[in-house]
Amino acid sequence: MTEAAAVSLRQVGRTFAAGNVVALEAIDLEIQPREFISLIGPSGCGKSTLLRIIGDLIQPSSGEVVVNGKTAHRARLDRDYGIVFQDAVLYDWRTVARNIALPLELAGWDRARREQRVGEMLQLVELTGFEKRHPWELSGGMQQRVSIARALSFSPALLLMDEPFGALDEMTRERLNAELLGIWAETGSTVVFVTHSIAEAVFLSTRVAVMSARPGRITQIVPIDLPQPRTQATREDPSFFELVTRVRAALHGGSGRDTDLSLAEAE
Amino acid sequence: MASMAVGCPSRFAFAWRPVLLRAVLLIAVAAALWVLWETFKWVGETTGFRLGVFEVNDRTLPHLHDIIGQLFEPSRRNGPLLIEVLWDAALFTAKEAAVGFAIGASVGFTLGVVLHHSRFLQRGLMPYIVASQTVPILAIAPMVVIWTGSRGLPSWFSVAIIAAFLTFFPVTINTLRGLDSADPRALELMRSYAANRWSILWRLKVPASLPYLFTAFKIAATASVVGAIIGELPSSIQDGLGGAILNFNQYYLSSPPSLWATNLIAALLGITFFLIVAGVEHLVVRRAPEHVA
Repeated sequence: MTEAAAVSLRQVGRTFAAGNVVALEAIDLEIQPREFISLIGPSGCGKSTLLRIIGDLIQPSSGEVVVNGKTAHRARLDRDYGIVFQDAVLYDWRTVARNIALPLELAGWDRARREQRVGEMLQLVELTGFEKRHPWELSGGMQQRVSIARALSFSPALLLMDEPFGALDEMTRERLNAELLGIWAETGSTVVFVTHSIAEAVFLSTRVAVMSARPGRITQIVPIDLPQPRTQATREDPSFFELVTRVRAALHGGSGRDTDLSLAEAE
Repeated sequence: MASMAVGCPSRFAFAWRPVLLRAVLLIAVAAALWVLWETFKWVGETTGFRLGVFEVNDRTLPHLHDIIGQLFEPSRRNGPLLIEVLWDAALFTAKEAAVGFAIGASVGFTLGVVLHHSRFLQRGLMPYIVASQTVPILAIAPMVVIWTGSRGLPSWFSVAIIAAFLTFFPVTINTLRGLDSADPRALELMRSYAANRWSILWRLKVPASLPYLFTAFKIAATASVVGAIIGELPSSIQDGLGGAILNFNQYYLSSPPSLWATNLIAALLGITFFLIVAGVEHLVVRRAPEHVA
């Protein structure tokens, strides 16, 4: 076992009791510190399940999960990761500042430290001045930025993101992609990012893990060697398109296994 | 504030227009009811029209202005005005109802929280909690009166207990429902922060349940007033609205408007309780405007 790995998955499988559905099968994956890895695949390939297994929110049926050199359970109790969902999941009854401070309260930070950190986080996600607002007064993109600030407020080494920009319009999504890369460079955290979008995965990641459904498994890992920092120009670079094409090819049966559901069922 | 993304009016800016509209509506409905009442009375009296056996005359359906006028007549010869008597009675009943509401709401909420955390207790106790509400108040009132009396508690306290008995049930049911209403991902979020049960309860589940809780509190607030009035009857307490109703019931033939006036005051007390809870809800529940309704 590599002690240095941020996340290490060994033969991880997950079967759901109802109907013996194999959600995940024999997942092997090593994620290095400071990596930005995307999990991409068709619906039902278990990418969100895999993310939750890393976060100890779902238990694997088999295999071993090591996060920051500890069991996933220990890592959760030590608050080693922050998580962001597709919806911001902000608490309506709390202001923006108090939403961001929630994990800090739970970790027992005193008020002065909390306020200072909330100020820093608001600056990081460019929402200074909105601390007294309530979530429903913000746009979807702003809400998601609050959710990211909340996930990063206690400086976790690992950031788990489950289609965080999936519900946003394309313009907002691209802007938040760029912002996320800035935050990633600034905080130096490891990111595991679940997405449906090939372009998003290629633009953001250092590696893209392509998954297939039934059973959910990683079929191919595509290294993304686009130069850092990535900008709007990156999206127009020929090597960007080349990598998008490679990931797309991997998605559409890179391992000889077709991801089309009707064909998968015919096997 | 540097930039405002949304043109949402500040929460504390007072919006006069809807308040004015409401006031106009309230008066309009009251006027319509008045017209309906008096028309029905006039038609009934002039044509002899009756609804089944319900004959319309000054005894069965006094003029509304007679009912209101009665409030400002002496309650008995050389006695205080009826409205003074009823005011004191209403305060007395309000005390019983308020204490009953407080006990019932606390017990109901606590019971809901306990049952939420134990499916075992929920399955075991729920049938009996439901059954408790099918027991007629008149059947348990004498026991409550004797129980509180034997412990040296004031007799109005037994009425508060009876009011609490009617109050706790909707609170328990809605607490159970409300605690389950938290977003599953908000629960995952709490788990990801390694939050313990207590934190999850107070920082997520209880705030998420507030709209449900206040629905229950509104039902419970009016039920506590009804409970207090009914509770006074078998406890033979004379100082409250229940006592007044019983009293004016006996003199109904000689003075029908007195009983009607008492009912009016009882209704106003119930409405006051409801409005207090609604006001607290407005202060406490912070929600997107479309959720407040």
